[in-house]
Amino acid sequence: MPRRQLQKTSSLGQGIRRFFLSGFVVFTFVAYVIHERLTNPDASLTSTPLTPTLTVSQDSSTPLAAVPLSATLPPLASFPLSTDTPQTLPSSTLVNQGLYKNGVFKGPEVDAYYGLVQVQATIQGGKLTDVQFLEYPTDRRTSQEINNIAVPYLQQEALQAQSARVDIVSGATLTSEAFMMSLQNALDSAKN
Amino acid sequence: MGMPVTLDVIDASATMALFETAFDHFKYIDEKFSTYKENSEISRINNLELGLEDASEDMKTVFDLAEQTRLATGGFFNIWHKGFYDPSGLVKGWAIHNVSEILCQKGIENFYVDAGGDVQVVGKNSEAQNWRVGIRNPFDAGQIVKVLSVSNCGVATSGTYIRGQHIYNPKNENQALTDIISLTVIGPDVFEADRFATAAFAMGIDGINFIEKLQGFEGYMIDKDKYATFTTGFERYVVHD
Repeated sequence: MPRRQLQKTSSLGQGIRRFFLSGFVVFTFVAYVIHERLTNPDASLTSTPLTPTLTVSQDSSTPLAAVPLSATLPPLASFPLSTDTPQTLPSSTLVNQGLYKNGVFKGPEVDAYYGLVQVQATIQGGKLTDVQFLEYPTDRRTSQEINNIAVPYLQQEALQAQSARVDIVSGATLTSEAFMMSLQNALDSAKN
Repeated sequence: MGMPVTLDVIDASATMALFETAFDHFKYIDEKFSTYKENSEISRINNLELGLEDASEDMKTVFDLAEQTRLATGGFFNIWHKGFYDPSGLVKGWAIHNVSEILCQKGIENFYVDAGGDVQVVGKNSEAQNWRVGIRNPFDAGQIVKVLSVSNCGVATSGTYIRGQHIYNPKNENQALTDIISLTVIGPDVFEADRFATAAFAMGIDGINFIEKLQGFEGYMIDKDKYATFTTGFERYVVHD
């Protein structure tokens, strides 16, 4: 079940911040995958389709193909809200009816740039019940010689640490892709 | 898609239902477009269980947008590779844009929507200042290497830390893209920033030149030697504390 966490309460001049974690942390990921396996995989959210496309709101000298204006979005009342009803486990959980063979399956080592990531998936009763890291990067790469890449006319600079006082951080973490790739491969090798 | 989503609303009129609606949209997007989910619509298309002509409206929309982006970037953006469709380089920004539109239509004026490090910022933060966006050091996850002061725009960072994997040059699939590690694009909308950051990243070192030539967009590119190259208008967003 995706986990929600209250960050701040509302007060004058303050806002409400909600954080939704979707599958990155290992424990949450496992719980999420188990939940997905228990949920009817054919259920689809009744949703009104969103209407297309966006406008490129910039100056006329754009080299881009023009993109049409977005239409108004349909009302969202049709999105069913998740309930708190717990999923009851079917009595046949121990029987292998799932997509996967029982056992322990290793994913490949995947290069996450500053180290290798490798995960191991455990299947019981045909379902994913555990994911473990066999390898996880702990060492930083040593710094390399700085080459002048010489992109003409554009300024360059060495990276410098800045203030950490920010509202938002942009930039992917290094291990998430490697984790997903290794896990996906482990699950592929577990398939019936 | 396996990424954290954060929504921060300053307006006192925000309700829990609004947050539920926003997160429900991301769940909807994930269930439809995640290539990691076997029963997602995109997976069923990739498994040939579902033809594109029978796909949902939103799927067709995304494919439309992908084709427009492919043309606009000279083919450097392409959701088709090695026999499969993977629209994640466009869907994330699109989803954030959609949620941002939902909030605006509800009259919310100060907020941000952040999914996996791509963000749409609107209005002001809780201190009535422009939103402060930090660019993460790809070599040290706990460190910020640039602080931006932004409002009413989108910021997207494209990057891959898997050597030679996942992000590739559609024009030459044998070309390993290890020259650049991270490319941050600031644009009028996060959907635009996201798709162009994805395309520019596939161009390697030349990507920053593409962003430079693109009217209304600025970029900050970090290469494997821990050097950054940035566009001529980028500096106006930078905060020096």
